Amino acid sequence: MSAHTQTLARPTTRPRSAVSLRRWTEREAVFSWLMVTPPVLFLLALVGYPFIYGIWLSLENRPVAKPGVFIGLDNFIANFHDPVFWQVAQNTFVYTFAATALKMAGGLALALVMNQDFRFKNLIRAIMLLPFIVPTVLSTIAWMWILDPSFSVVNWFLIRWGIANPGPSWLGNPKLAMFSLIMVNTWRGLPFYAITLLAGLQTISPELYEAATIDGATTFARFRYVTLPLLKPVIFIVTMFSVIFTFSDFQLVYVLTRGGPANATHLFATYAFDVAMGGGQFGLGASIALSMLPPLALLIAGMAWYMRGEKQ
Amino acid sequence: MIVERRGWRVRGLKLWLPLGFFLVFTLFPFYWMAITSLKPNSELYSRKIMPLIVYHPTLEHFVNLLTETSFLTWTYNTLLVAVVSTAISLVFGVMLAYPLARMRFAGAALVSFAIAATYLVPQPLLFIPLADIINRLGLGDTLTSVILTYPTLLVPFCAWLLMGYFKSVPHELEDAARIDGATRLQTMFRIFLPLCIPGFISAGIFAFTLAQNEFLYALIFLTKTDVRTVPVGAIAELVRGDVFYWGQLMAAALLGSIPVAIIYSFFVEHYVAGLTSGGVKA
Repeated sequence: MSAHTQTLARPTTRPRSAVSLRRWTEREAVFSWLMVTPPVLFLLALVGYPFIYGIWLSLENRPVAKPGVFIGLDNFIANFHDPVFWQVAQNTFVYTFAATALKMAGGLALALVMNQDFRFKNLIRAIMLLPFIVPTVLSTIAWMWILDPSFSVVNWFLIRWGIANPGPSWLGNPKLAMFSLIMVNTWRGLPFYAITLLAGLQTISPELYEAATIDGATTFARFRYVTLPLLKPVIFIVTMFSVIFTFSDFQLVYVLTRGGPANATHLFATYAFDVAMGGGQFGLGASIALSMLPPLALLIAGMAWYMRGEKQ
Repeated sequence: MIVERRGWRVRGLKLWLPLGFFLVFTLFPFYWMAITSLKPNSELYSRKIMPLIVYHPTLEHFVNLLTETSFLTWTYNTLLVAVVSTAISLVFGVMLAYPLARMRFAGAALVSFAIAATYLVPQPLLFIPLADIINRLGLGDTLTSVILTYPTLLVPFCAWLLMGYFKSVPHELEDAARIDGATRLQTMFRIFLPLCIPGFISAGIFAFTLAQNEFLYALIFLTKTDVRTVPVGAIAELVRGDVFYWGQLMAAALLGSIPVAIIYSFFVEHYVAGLTSGGVKA
């Protein structure tokens, strides 16, 4: 190995200070910190600092491009008395729960289906992941056209088959708009669940199923008492990620409805965006975005607690 | 015979029927994207004719997209930003993951906790303060603004994925190199990192698709045509007023998806490995 010959020649030729510096950087802790420091500083500057700065902004009355005035908790009090804020909170919860439940149910179903032996399995798995890898905004544009008020292909069939005439306004009716968003979110997120759960299923030893079958377990019992308990850690991780990113979703809503009709589909992220970027109120916007944190933390803590309770 | 036929039927019911349903559900929007981009306007905006078929396919939307809009510039911007921010994220990811996976040092637990926390901080929590910071730095409407901020989303992910990969590599080769007198840096570059190429591909592909997918920062930081990325350009400029140019929009969506889809198709297995490592190995 080349390193071998180099190091043999080294001690006689190097000056002493260089040797001691070398020795210092060869220490495990020093080497580690030398490596870790630049990326840590980078993340501190562009994640840590904005996070703290966001908290500071939320305590200010800060119109865009003007100096801010410290106003304490006034922004949060204003939110508390704002009916739209509560509507947004409710929307976000409905959206997160419904979409997560659908993705979980559908993803688990698809994973169980794909956990059988069949031809072209890898090809089909690759195709199934497409919604997850194609840029969300671009696939959402396709959905926008599918759900178009005048030329929706869904409505074309509903009219053709005599189910509804005229067809429903998928994005124009408050309840339907929320339903449509949940469906599109499910379409996009389901593959992530399915492929991750499938990977989890494949780690379960077939012997466990054989043992359960010999003990007379039905298909459902095998699922309930073998598959589910062993899949729990995977389900937990997947759900946690999904809840965080569904709760703070922005793209889908921004492209499909911009929060409308009449705020019926505004989520925390899109509402904060509207207030800060549209209304120019950075402080108030920051306080809305920050309001996302406590419920999100609670949801995750609750899930962690639930999982721990199950284990014992 | 009877057993065979019944088996086939059960298999159809348990496998191909649900699989077919999921496939149609998954693929329909892409099919719709593709045929819409090929339809002439007379077919696009007709409620009479069967919408699932193109009667007179045309490339006019593609031609218009490429000649009348800045789509090619947006594509170039998107790829440039995605490649550079992925490269930065991989380098930083290695710098974090190597010590955390292979060495003991005071503060390691704190660093890995910080990475996990950054990973889980949702973007919408940071965009307002970041918008202000980017403006004050004078980086508004530059690609630098997104090249700097995308790695904040990608580094924690890359570090996490690489840590998992690094831990699975046996120690013997590194130990041998150390005994032979290689420095830590030499050991890392010459011995260790070449063993981890599959891990880099996984993390790189994943980071690349995430960077292509990013929308919020690009929407806020990039407001001029010549610095926009494909998603922002399509939303901001192909929708003019309340008029939607559906043919062009679909052509843009299709062409914008193709680079990701091609790269993905070459590295599906690595991508899946990256995707599932977070959930399954954790």
